Amino acid sequence: MMSTCKHASELMSQGQDRTLGPVERLQLRLHLLICKRCRRVEQQFGLLRAAIRRCRDDS
Amino acid sequence: MFFNIILHNIPSKASPQAQAIEAEGAYLLRYAQLQLRNPAQAEDAVQETLLAAIEGIARFSGKSSLRTWLTGILKHKIIDQLRRSAREQAFDVDDDRAEAEAIDALFAGDGHWRGMPSDWGNPDAALENSRFRAAFELCLQRLPERSARVFTMREVMDMSTGEICQELQITPTNCWVMLHRARLTLRECLELNWFDGSRR
Ligand SMILES: [Zn+2]
Repeated sequence: MMSTCKHASELMSQGQDRTLGPVERLQLRLHLLICKRCRRVEQQFGLLRAAIRRCRDDS
Repeated sequence: MFFNIILHNIPSKASPQAQAIEAEGAYLLRYAQLQLRNPAQAEDAVQETLLAAIEGIARFSGKSSLRTWLTGILKHKIIDQLRRSAREQAFDVDDDRAEAEAIDALFAGDGHWRGMPSDWGNPDAALENSRFRAAFELCLQRLPERSARVFTMREVMDMSTGEICQELQITPTNCWVMLHRARLTLRECLELNWFDGSRR
C-alpha cells in the first residue's frame, strides 16, 4: 500500500504534535525512503519549528 | 509609545524588582505579537501581565527564572484574548473550503507534490539569515486566522493539541487539520518569498 505525498505530509505534521502509531510510522518511513520531495518537506517542517522558536526567544 | 503606557502605571520610584519585570517587557511583547496578530491585543496582554506581576511579585518564588514566571502569566492573558476572538469569529464554511482547496492545489491528482520542494540548505544558516527571518514573519502574518491561532498556540506557547482543543472547544482532528494547513501554507509561502528570491 503506497501512501501519497499528501498523506505523508499529514503524518509528518502530526508527528510534530502527537506520537504516531506503529503502522503510521512504518507507512511514513517507507514513503520517505522512496520520495525525495517529502524528505525535503520533512526538513522544511523542522526548520519552521526552529524558526518560530527563534523568533520568540530572540529579543 | 508602548512603554510610556506601561511607565504611567508604575510608581515613579520603581523598586528593583519592578525594574527587572519591566526589563522583560520587550521579550513579552515579542512573544505576544507572535501569538496575537492584533497589536492592540498584544499590548493589552503584556500590560496586564506586567501589572499583575508587579502586584503579585510576592508570589514569585525565584525557583524559575523571572522570564519563565512572567511568560506563565502572559500565557493566561493571551489565552483569554484568544478565547474572546475565537468566540467572536464565527466559523465560515466558505473560508474553510477555500483553505482546504488551497492545500489540495499543492498536490497533483495522484496525491503527489505538484512541484519539487526546494532544498533549504543548512537550517542554522537560514535561521541566521535576516531575509529568511523577514520572509518567515511575513508568511506568518499571511496565514489564515484560524490556522494561525492554532499554529502559534502549538509552536509559540508550546501547548499540546489536547490543551488547544480544550481552550478552543475543537476536536483533535480539527486541530491537526489546521496545524497541517498552517505548516503547508507557511512552507509554500517561504518557497515563494524567500527561497525563490535568494536564488536570484
Ligand atoms: Zn512524497
